[in-house]
Amino acid sequence: MKEKRPPASEQDLERMFGNLLRTGVVIAAIVVLTGGVLFLARYGNQKPEYQIFRGEPAQLRHVTDILKAAVELNRRGLIQLGLLFLIATPVARVAFAVAAFGWQRDGTYVVVALIVLSVLIYSLVGAYL
Amino acid sequence: MNMLQFDLAIGAVSVGAGLLGSLTGLGGGVVIVPVLAILFGVDVRYAIGASLVSVIATSSGAASAYVKEGYTNLRIGMFLEIATTFGALFGAFIAAKISTSAVTVIFGLVLVYSAYLSGRPHREQLGVDRAERLAEWLELDSSYPSRQGPHPYHVHAVPYGFSMMFVAGTLSGLLGIGSGAAKVVAMDDVMRVPFKVSTTTSNFMIGVTAAASAGVYLNRGYIDPALAMPVMLGVLAGSLLGARLLMRIRSVVLRRIFALVIFVLAAEMLYNGFTGRI
Repeated sequence: MKEKRPPASEQDLERMFGNLLRTGVVIAAIVVLTGGVLFLARYGNQKPEYQIFRGEPAQLRHVTDILKAAVELNRRGLIQLGLLFLIATPVARVAFAVAAFGWQRDGTYVVVALIVLSVLIYSLVGAYL
Repeated sequence: MNMLQFDLAIGAVSVGAGLLGSLTGLGGGVVIVPVLAILFGVDVRYAIGASLVSVIATSSGAASAYVKEGYTNLRIGMFLEIATTFGALFGAFIAAKISTSAVTVIFGLVLVYSAYLSGRPHREQLGVDRAERLAEWLELDSSYPSRQGPHPYHVHAVPYGFSMMFVAGTLSGLLGIGSGAAKVVAMDDVMRVPFKVSTTTSNFMIGVTAAASAGVYLNRGYIDPALAMPVMLGVLAGSLLGARLLMRIRSVVLRRIFALVIFVLAAEMLYNGFTGRI
């Protein structure tokens, strides 16, 4: 038998998970919308070209470059920052799960959550490795 | 059509996709990629990148509501996410190796299959409901709230379900969809997890699965901010609207309509993929 958990903790945990996810999505949506409005205000009358695949420039691909572009108030960089917040939301949820399972002294699930967290981090920064 | 009109049109279509996706439980991703590729002529790689991002948004938005109802099984979700995230990385990896025509054909086949799954009536679970050692060791057995109080359940066939989740993750990373349908089949049919627990836990896992491949797509330059913006905002708005309407609409009629839409899109994708137009 594993150790007994405090009865209320599972529900508290679920509520915290819910709030974390909602906050992440709201922040991401606001940043994307802001960047989108600024982008369309400037480039709205240009012709869209998505038929030919070129790939994004380096400054819109990697975490550190996106942060730099957003700080410089680059319009596309700002949208990309919002999308980065969005991708980071599930990552934060898993990181939070590591802590929560640790708090419940559930060693098996700390390991499970750590494995998932490493896959997610690898996918985000794997290009540097 | 200039960029503003293009984004408004895509935004409107995305609201519709998110709305239908959340009302039918299939998610918006399965329609947004074919619509962007066929109607708007967007390169499939850009379409998949934009769809992945919208999948994270809808999953996280809906999960925040579902988790509070107490159906979601956090441990099942967490454990199976090992399989789906590795699958997603693998899917994103092969997406770069094969031609866009091949991706389009696979997409068409998956569309047909998910339309079939959504039209299939849900059958009652049969078989012996006995606790299994692996499920016990992983603490997967739990209970869900019902009118008669907490209803306990056991989880079965963990290794089989785990392997199916790897496949679901691969499809998600390859096609930029949530593959909620495949996840629900793995939990509901194979692991015999109660239906409501399967659907909410599947939704909970979709965001993490999509995030695993989204990182790779971002690094590879497949995520275009100006295209992903109207898709993500539209699908998110549509799915939130759908969650509010869900109680008032007869879902049987809607599922049929949606299944029909999917079949048409699937046929288009298969045709375009085989003739090499995409």
